[in-house]
Amino acid sequence: MDNFVRRLVDISQSEAAMRARADLVLERARWAAEVFHRYDRAKTMAAVDAVARIAFDKAGEYAEWAVRETGFGVVAHKKIKNELSSIPLVDHYRDRDFVSPRIDERSMVVEIPRPAGVIFALAPSTNPVATVYFKVLSALMTRNAIVISPHPAARECCVDAARTLAAAAEAAGAPEGVIQVIADPSIPLIDQFMRSDKTDVILATGGSAMVRSAYSSSNPAIGVGPGNAPVFVDATADPGHAARHIVESKSFDNSLLCTNESVLIVVAEAERALKAELQKAGCHICSEEETQTLRRYLFHERGFNVEALGRDAIWIARQVGIKVSPKTLVLVTPIRLIGEEEPLSREKLCPVLGLYTARNNAQAMMQARALLRLSGAGHSAAIHSNDTRAIVDYAAMVEVYRVVVNAPCSQGAAGFATNLAPTFTIGTGFFGRSSVGENIGPQHLVNWTRIAYHKDSDVTLDAIAHTAVRQPGPLPEAPSDGVPGRSVADLRPVDATADRDALREEIRRIIADELRAALKE
Amino acid sequence: MSQEKQDFLERSKTFWNPGKTQAWQDMGVDLVIDRREGYYLHDMDGQRLIDVHLNGGTYNIGHRHPELVEVLNQATRKFDMGNHHFPSLARTALAEALAACTPGDLQYTMYGSGGGEAIDIAIKTARNAMKKRKIVSIVKAYHGHTGLAVKTGDERFSKLFLSEDTAGEFVQVPFNDLNAMEDALKGRDVAAVIMETIPATYGFPMPKEGYLPGVKKLCERYDALYIADEVQTGLMRCGALWAITRYGVEPDLLVTGKGISGGMYPIACVVVSKERAGWLSQDGFGHMSTMGGAELGCIVALKVLEIVQRPEVISMVRYISNFIRAGLDQIMAIYPDFFTGIRQHGVVMGLEFNHPEGAKPVMKYLYRNGVWAIFSTLDPRVLQFKPGVLMTQALCEDLLRRVEAAIGEARTEVMGAGSRRTR
Repeated sequence: MDNFVRRLVDISQSEAAMRARADLVLERARWAAEVFHRYDRAKTMAAVDAVARIAFDKAGEYAEWAVRETGFGVVAHKKIKNELSSIPLVDHYRDRDFVSPRIDERSMVVEIPRPAGVIFALAPSTNPVATVYFKVLSALMTRNAIVISPHPAARECCVDAARTLAAAAEAAGAPEGVIQVIADPSIPLIDQFMRSDKTDVILATGGSAMVRSAYSSSNPAIGVGPGNAPVFVDATADPGHAARHIVESKSFDNSLLCTNESVLIVVAEAERALKAELQKAGCHICSEEETQTLRRYLFHERGFNVEALGRDAIWIARQVGIKVSPKTLVLVTPIRLIGEEEPLSREKLCPVLGLYTARNNAQAMMQARALLRLSGAGHSAAIHSNDTRAIVDYAAMVEVYRVVVNAPCSQGAAGFATNLAPTFTIGTGFFGRSSVGENIGPQHLVNWTRIAYHKDSDVTLDAIAHTAVRQPGPLPEAPSDGVPGRSVADLRPVDATADRDALREEIRRIIADELRAALKE
Repeated sequence: MSQEKQDFLERSKTFWNPGKTQAWQDMGVDLVIDRREGYYLHDMDGQRLIDVHLNGGTYNIGHRHPELVEVLNQATRKFDMGNHHFPSLARTALAEALAACTPGDLQYTMYGSGGGEAIDIAIKTARNAMKKRKIVSIVKAYHGHTGLAVKTGDERFSKLFLSEDTAGEFVQVPFNDLNAMEDALKGRDVAAVIMETIPATYGFPMPKEGYLPGVKKLCERYDALYIADEVQTGLMRCGALWAITRYGVEPDLLVTGKGISGGMYPIACVVVSKERAGWLSQDGFGHMSTMGGAELGCIVALKVLEIVQRPEVISMVRYISNFIRAGLDQIMAIYPDFFTGIRQHGVVMGLEFNHPEGAKPVMKYLYRNGVWAIFSTLDPRVLQFKPGVLMTQALCEDLLRRVEAAIGEARTEVMGAGSRRTR
C-alpha cells in the first residue's frame, strides 16, 4: 500500500511487525506441514518428482540469473550444480522411503516417520539456487514445510526459484504454502524467524556469523562451518592426475563451493614434477612479488575481500596487475608458513591456491592439521596418493569428516564426484561446532517414532506390519454454501446407504479381528 | 465462582445492565472477561476460553493483535480523533485504500463510529440518490440498533423502544425468496435493498445459488440500490476480502464495521460509487459525525486491511475452514441425532441442532469446556461458530477436541443419558 499515512505512522521496522510477519509465514507453513504429514509415499513423491523436473529444466536459466545477479561464478558450472541438485538428488534417495513405516524384525521395533515440521533454511550467495533446490527437495522428500531465506546478494534468483518450485509442488498436489520464501530478508526479520518457537529446525548454510546465530537461536539447528580444505600430494601420487583434478576443482564455479582446496601441501620430492603439471593444467605459479600483491589484495584487515569472491583467475590477475596467459584457470601462491601470520592460509572462495612445500609426509600432515586449526575444522580435505598407509594416516589425522582421495575436492566432498551423499550443506560435526558430521540430506529432517513391545513378548509383527498408518492425503475442501459448484451438495454428496454399509462392514471386520485374536490366545 | 466475581456481578446489575447480567447467569455462562490475547479470553476467575464468537468478526485477526497495538500506540504520538469538518490525512488514506480493494466502482467512503451508524448513513445516502424512501430487508434481518438500522431488523429490537416502522417505509421479505423480493420491488418505490451477505444473527442461513445475484438483478430492474452489509462476512472471513464478490455481486454501497476496527478503535465505513454519492457534492455537511472516522480508528483500520490482504492469510483461511469442517463432519457423525447440520462459507459457520433451543445448552457446555461461542439470537437452534482467520493448526485441533466433548455433554442434557453415540 503506497500510502501517505503509512509514512506518517510506519511500524514496518518495529519488532512487533517483524514478529507478526514471521509468525504469519510460519503458521501458514505449520498448516502445510500438518497436512503434508497426511500424505502417503506416492503422493509425496509425485510432488517431489514434479519439483525436481522443473528444477532440472530451469537449471540453466537460474545459473545464468545467479551469475548476473551476484556478479560471480561460472554459468556452465552453476548449471551443473543446479542440475545435480534436482533429479539426480532425488534419484540418489529414491530407494530410501522417509514416508512409510519400517520394521526392524530383529529388534521387533516398528518405526513411524515423523517429519520435523517447519524448516527455516538459509541460502548463501555462493551457491544460491543449487542450495534452494537442495533444501526444498530434501524438505519435500520428508514431508516438511520449508521457508527459504535467501542471501540479499542473490535474492531475486532465489525468490523466483523458490516460487517456481512452490507453484510446481502445489500443482502436483502438495499443500499450499509448503514452500515459502522471504522476499525481503533483513537481519532483524531473519532473527525473528530463527528465534521463533514456530520454527522446528534451522538449516543454516552461510557465513560463520549467520551459522553461529542459528545455533544461538534456542532452536534446533543444522549449521555448517566454513571450509579451508588442505590438499596433500605425496611422492606416490601421479602428478599429472593430481594437478588436473586440483585445477578442475579450484576452477569449478571459481571456487565457490566451500569444499574447494585452499592450500596445496606437497612433499619436497614431488614439488618440481607437480609444479610442471600444474602449469600444464592451467595454473600460473606466482613469484614472491606477485604473491605479496595478491595477499594484500585478497585480505583486508576485516578479512577476505568479497570483491574477489567467485571471480575467475584472469579477472583477479588483472585487478592486481599480474600478467598471466589467457588460459590461466588458477593462481598458485607459494607460501612459507601456515597459520595466523599468513593470510593466504585462510579460506579463499576464489581460484587462488596456496602452495606449501613440506619436507616429508609427517610434516605435511602436521601442516594440514594446522591449516584446519586456523579454520575449516570438521569440513573437508583431499589427498592425492597411491600409498594406502599415507591415505589412512592422513584421514585419521586431519580434523575433518570427509577426505577425498585422488579426486577434485570441490565436487568430491559435496558428493558429486564420489559416492558421498550429494549435498549443499556440509555437516561439520563436533570439530566444526555443528550437530551433524556427514553430508546433510533428507534423513536429517525426519525423526522416527518407535513402537516397542515388551522384551519377552511373543507377538509377531505380522499384524502391525499389515496395519497401515493412516495417510488420508489432502484435506477435503469445505463448502462455500451458495457459491455455484462449491455448495455442500457439490462437495459433501450425501450417500447415507453407502456410509451405513461401510460402517457395518467396518464393525464386522473389527469383531472378526477380535475373535481371531481371542481364538489365537 | 469467586466471591470477588459474585460481588462484581452484583455491581454490574446495580450500575450497568441488570437484565443482561442476569440472563447470562441463567444460561450458565458466568463470564466476566478480564485479560485477552490472540484468540483467547481469560475470565476474571482465571478460566481460559477459545473465542469463536469474536463479536461477529470484530476480533477476526485476534484480540489485541500486536501490530494493531503497535500502530495504535505509535499513532497516538501524533493523532487523536481529529476534526471531522476538515480534510484529514487518515480518513482520506483509508478511503483510498478501501476504494482500491472494494468491488466495482465503489469510490467514496463515509464514516461512522459503529456499524449501526454506518447502516443509517448507507440508507440516507440511498434515499438521497434515488429520491425514494422505502427500504427492503429480509425477515429476521439485523443491521444494528440506530434510528434507521433498527427499523430494517426484527421487531425484537424496535418495538421495545416504540421505534418500529409505522409509516410503511421498511418492508421485510423472506430470505432466499426471489418472488417475494420481486413483489416488494416492482412498485418501483424502493430506494434500496439491504442485505447481509450471510445473515448472522439469524444463524447464518446460506444464500441459495443465484439468490444474491438475483436480488441484484431485481434491484437493477426496479431502480433500487443494493446495499451489501459486509460487517460480519467481510475481511477475508469467507475466503475473499468481501464475501459478496464470491457470489458475483457488485453492490452499490458496501458497509464494513466490526472487524475493520480490529477490536481496537471503533470505526465503521460505507463505501459508495461516485454516481450514488450525490450528497457529498450537493451538501458535504449533510451528515456529520464527530467520532465517525476518528483518525486513530482510520490508522488501525488501514493496518487491518493491509494484514488481511497478505497472501498468507487467504491460505490460512482455506486451511482453517477445511480442517474445522473435516473435524465437525466427524463430530456430526458421532452425534447425528443431535448435531444435524453445518452451514458454512469460509470461517463463517452455523451449527444446527435438532432442538428449538439446542444451541443454548451447546453454548453452555462449550463454555465449560473452554470455548466461547454464542447462539443465534433470532434462531437459537443454530450456534454461531466463527473461528478467526489467523487461527493456528494447534488451536484449531484443540478447539475441535473441546467442541466434541461439549456437544456430547449438551446432547446428554437435551436427549437424556440413555441414548448412545453412533461410534
